[in-house]
Amino acid sequence: MEGAQVVVVGAGIVGAAVARTLAATGFRVTVLDRGASAGGTSSGGEGNLLVSDKAPGPELDLAVLSGRRWRELAAELPAELGPDFPDVEFEAKGGLVVATTGAGADALRAFAGRQRGAGVDARELTAAEAAALEPDLTPRVTAAVLYPEDAQIQPAVATEALLASARRHGARVRQGVTVLGGVVSRGRIVGVRTSAGHLGAEHVVVAAGPWSAGVADRFGVRLPVLPRRGTVLVTTRMPHRIRHKVYDADYVGAVESAAAALQTSSVVESTAAGTVLIGSSRERRGFDERIEAAVVGELAAKAMVLFPFLADVPVMRAYGGFRPYVPDHLPVIGPDPRLPGLWHATGHEGAGIGLATGTAELIGALMAGTEPAIPAAPFAVTRASLEEVTTG
Amino acid sequence: MTGVDVLVIGAGPAGLAAARAARTAGARVVLLDASDVLGGQYWRHPLTGARDADVRALQHQWPRFVALRAALTDDPDCEVVTGAQVWAVDRRDDAPPVVHVLTGPADGGDRPRRVLAPRAVVLATGAHERTLPFPGWDLPGVHTAGAAQAMAKGEHLAVGGRVLVAGTGPFLLPVAAGLLHVGATVVGVVEAGSLRRMARGWLAPPYRTRPAVLAAKSAELGGYVRALAAARVPYRTGAAVLAAHGDSRVTSVTVSAIDEDWTPRPGTGRRVAVDAVCVSHAFVPRTEIAVSAGCALTADGSVRVDATQRTSVPGVYAAGEITGIGGADLALAEGEVAGRAAAGRATAGGNVAGGDGGAAEVRRLRNFADRMHRAHGIRPGWRSWVEDDTVVCRCEEVTAGRVRAAQAATGTRGLRSLKLSSRAGLGICQGRVCGRNLEELLPEVPLDAGRTANRPIVVPVRLGEIATPLAPPPATPPDPPVAPSVEREASP
Ligand SMILES: Cc1cc2nc3c(=O)[nH]c(=O)nc-3n(C[C@H](O)[C@H](O)[C@H](O)COP(=O)(O)OP(=O)(O)OC[C@H]3O[C@@H](n4cnc5c(N)ncnc54)[C@H](O)[C@@H]3O)c2cc1C
Ligand SMILES: Cc1cc2nc3c(=O)[nH]c(=O)nc-3n(C[C@H](O)[C@H](O)[C@H](O)COP(=O)(O)OP(=O)(O)OC[C@H]3O[C@@H](n4cnc5c(N)ncnc54)[C@H](O)[C@@H]3O)c2cc1C
Repeated sequence: MEGAQVVVVGAGIVGAAVARTLAATGFRVTVLDRGASAGGTSSGGEGNLLVSDKAPGPELDLAVLSGRRWRELAAELPAELGPDFPDVEFEAKGGLVVATTGAGADALRAFAGRQRGAGVDARELTAAEAAALEPDLTPRVTAAVLYPEDAQIQPAVATEALLASARRHGARVRQGVTVLGGVVSRGRIVGVRTSAGHLGAEHVVVAAGPWSAGVADRFGVRLPVLPRRGTVLVTTRMPHRIRHKVYDADYVGAVESAAAALQTSSVVESTAAGTVLIGSSRERRGFDERIEAAVVGELAAKAMVLFPFLADVPVMRAYGGFRPYVPDHLPVIGPDPRLPGLWHATGHEGAGIGLATGTAELIGALMAGTEPAIPAAPFAVTRASLEEVTTG
Repeated sequence: MTGVDVLVIGAGPAGLAAARAARTAGARVVLLDASDVLGGQYWRHPLTGARDADVRALQHQWPRFVALRAALTDDPDCEVVTGAQVWAVDRRDDAPPVVHVLTGPADGGDRPRRVLAPRAVVLATGAHERTLPFPGWDLPGVHTAGAAQAMAKGEHLAVGGRVLVAGTGPFLLPVAAGLLHVGATVVGVVEAGSLRRMARGWLAPPYRTRPAVLAAKSAELGGYVRALAAARVPYRTGAAVLAAHGDSRVTSVTVSAIDEDWTPRPGTGRRVAVDAVCVSHAFVPRTEIAVSAGCALTADGSVRVDATQRTSVPGVYAAGEITGIGGADLALAEGEVAGRAAAGRATAGGNVAGGDGGAAEVRRLRNFADRMHRAHGIRPGWRSWVEDDTVVCRCEEVTAGRVRAAQAATGTRGLRSLKLSSRAGLGICQGRVCGRNLEELLPEVPLDAGRTANRPIVVPVRLGEIATPLAPPPATPPDPPVAPSVEREASP
């Protein structure tokens, strides 16, 4: 199959990672995006590369694999792209999860214990140890767990770096080209129809983030990817006072929850530039781009619980995006047996930056017909938990 | 006061006229402005003790302002709130937006918070200045013309002793005249537009501008010209400041002849000794509130309105510079139309009389504004003024070279990606100053052009000021009769 023509739909972080891996494997890759590169969800969120928020299971396995690859890439990409390429700002700074209530403490300790069982480095700290790591942290800490494997990256620059590397391996990246549908012959894909004409392709990988359901629909298949709104606040620059990625323990609950109403939980971190990012809300409201004062107010309030000094810090911007989520909260990765030649690499919800590298590795192995590093079956579009939504 | 029919945001010429017209039509009005005094940019004046002589020299149509201010502040059914910063608005599907306000000095303690849910809103937030970058424009002593003007009008101070005024547009004249009045020596006014282009722009048909309007405008501009002539200030066209020089602050500038496209004519550069330069190239509508409210913009980034100043969002009207740069007279005329229309909607008819209510006046003045844009619009040749080491984003100190290198390295056609990879436009001004310049520096029009207009947090606010988990927005009363719709929230 090597040498075959592959079209990747979407120049976000997932499409970029997939394109790079496939191009490096020897496929002839074209990435198409209806907008600009890194212009979708991948520049509308944060760049946390986390294991701390993942319960044992396939997503944690993917996160661990991805984390390993990110660490390698953080060294390889700058070497490959040269000193003039903008910095991807990879920082293996570790995550600190803290609870501030009794119930929160119990839940956090139980969760960390299960993660340790699955091989995650999750170190329980005393309040004094937590305060030594983060001197400005609230004194109201009831439990704290340090996750040294958590890291951070600038997601838009990371996307561009992966695309640039893919180009060096021969991939083409075309911006401003919308994929309109497939060209199918004898029941399998032979090309795509686009706003810029037809393009031959043996494989098409849908990596269109929260818009993936719409793209899959153009190929005649149902794919249950839905948008889940998220908002992040950015403060003005200041001297670094927050050293790790610091979360309140509610974060864990929000990720796993399916509730539609507004949820916020704090994720507070400094960026290389000296701003502080405060995330993030989770709301199901379709592709509604409004950012409401109530959401901003709640994010601010929760961040101040973790770091009271933030009360006096100015916030200069609120931005956000739509996490691509699947009802069973696992990404869809692999071939779609309903239309030979069609592949999916999408539905990563609030973890697509972190999971992009492992996703690319799975797609690369499956397309090349080699054994992937972790089992791919849990991510298959044919999995039982999606049966109702993909066939209904 | 119980309910708000019409909320007017911004108390410059447009907002004042809108509030007055809405009151005349019988609506109850709240008029907000972030500044401590009413009047906006046009009637900027000190909080206390404006001297008559200064007013005569620096202000135009001052009696009109005094009358508007008196009518509104003396009126029990018009609540005027200065020092009121709108920091966010929540768009709603079926009603005008909910407006979130902080009141009091920005550097004070916890500012009281207020949330308003009016039946109609008039947006009159004005414009900010756009300055093109050139080598040395980030030196101390280089000011925007508007800042120099604000200092002259608001504090009666000059930005320097030997000042050059440069850029384009009729605005350069009052700035130079204002500097003279507060004691500066103006060494020259340098207008980038060529005489030919200016003549073509100002004199082109159709002649919808009434002779009376032209005469009034000319009288105002003529007054400035006389003041400049009396002080022997040289006025030069077809030229620009291409560099500012100095170590710790500006000591001289290079002025060069430029062609119709604003490309410098080689060999024409000449040094002029100064201790301050004021530059102004254009005004950009201040649209963040309008964008958050869901109002559609035109291709040039102003708020789109119809003949009654209605925006694309029901119940939201816009007037003044945010609908397109056109000067104070147009702002006043638009404000009047908008205020009447907003009152008509909010009070289901109210006392809105027949007739066109000033719409014809707005059309005539727009025609005048169009001429001004043809005569003075920014031309693409400015991009050749910018060297690789010229800072384009001052907040983050990003040079043009870094922006160009990031674009070349990533190949992106998106402004968002480019900003994140170069850090241009990510600082405290959030691209208000540099956004348009960045866009125009790119080799191709970005695929996401215009997205930078989206700034849900209108100005930086301290987390503690906005952090109280908010109660659900107050309900907008059903159409009249009225229920209370203003809520005061205790500060956190
Ligand atoms: C507020 C917020 C915070 C987040 N924080 C984190 C975090 O800390 N860590 C983390 O790992 N993840 C985080 N995420 C999630 C992460 O951003 C996403 O999972 C990830 O960006 C998805 O990448 P993608 O490439 O699948 O999609 P996208 O980046 O959205 O890319 C999809 C692309 O497809 C293009 N496209 C769509 N339709 C078509 C078509 N018909 N033809 C051609 N192109 C098309 C779009 O233009 C777009 O560019 C966060 C998300 C949000 C919203
Ligand atoms: C810096 C500057 C100087 C100028 N000087 C002159 C001059 O000398 N002579 C001349 O003929 N023309 C001048 N102009 C042009 C002239 O001022 C305008 O044509 C006229 O003022 C437009 O009126 P407006 O009501 O649309 O806006 P403005 O007069 O700009 O009024 C807008 C008002 O809205 C308020 N506002 C904005 N955002 C918010 C918010 N979020 N919350 C609360 N309030 C808000 C502002 O504080 C301001 O008072 C100047 C313009 C500028 C920008």
